[in-house]
Amino acid sequence: MRKIKYLSALIISLLLTLINYAQTDTADMADTMRSNGRIYVVVAVVVLILSGLLLYLVRLDKKITRIEKNKS
Amino acid sequence: MRRSWWKILCVILLLYTFIGGFLMDVPRLPALSETIRNLYFHVCMWFCMMILFTVSVVYAIRYLRSNKLTDDIYSRQFAAVGIVFGVLGYATGTIWMSYTWADPNNSSFQSFGAVAREPKLIGAAIALLIYFAYMVLRDSISDIDKRARITAVYNVFAYALLFPTIWIIPRILPSLHPGGENGNPALDTNDIDNRMRLVFYPAVIGWTLLGVWITSLKIRLSLLKEKRLL
Repeated sequence: MRKIKYLSALIISLLLTLINYAQTDTADMADTMRSNGRIYVVVAVVVLILSGLLLYLVRLDKKITRIEKNKS
Repeated sequence: MRRSWWKILCVILLLYTFIGGFLMDVPRLPALSETIRNLYFHVCMWFCMMILFTVSVVYAIRYLRSNKLTDDIYSRQFAAVGIVFGVLGYATGTIWMSYTWADPNNSSFQSFGAVAREPKLIGAAIALLIYFAYMVLRDSISDIDKRARITAVYNVFAYALLFPTIWIIPRILPSLHPGGENGNPALDTNDIDNRMRLVFYPAVIGWTLLGVWITSLKIRLSLLKEKRLL
């Protein structure tokens, strides 16, 4: 009888750890967005904004270089 | 464009950060879930700020040794861009925090009282305010040499205060922010997975180069403006 009690306690505790693992596995990830490819829309928008900003910076850089050349 | 290889490197690394940061695999964590990708953006702001402030204090000390006004201009512009990155880091942190730290049974507005007691938040706010005061101090002194000398000394003190306010005190007190009482946020091996390092380290370099690029433009512009003084 005592053996069965210990055994069941052991099994329950093992199951509890399983539940813990299961909880970490069901993190709320954006899997739908990845599976239907919509994530690429987000990436396209973000990359466009970044490249626009960087281009602006490059133009500013060129402009300042021109002013430096004229002054000296 | 001047000396452009690192500017090209900056563009490539930032494009890689944005593409890889959204598309590559990240660990599946409860509560954080996809927001872990903020590591490539929010944390990099603070890295960039820290590096820019370090360069700023180096130029401040150089000014004190050499008394050359160019060093003062360098020091000021590095601090100014560092502040911009610090404010961006703070603002992005606020958004991230209000979706991950806030009590899920309470709206983020109601759990604000608990979240606002975060030592990391208060420390970062103090550090930024000290640097705001640096800018105010600069503009309040009209004599150029006096301004340069006083603010260079202040810059050293401000830099020294960064360490207790954002590195030491938040780690002594209990905090929700990663790397509270046990180690470095984002650099600790328990904190960050190898897949994330693949994007994170290039992201840090890319953002830092962007900060340096913007600063170099500002420096060149103010060197042009102050030409008759130098």
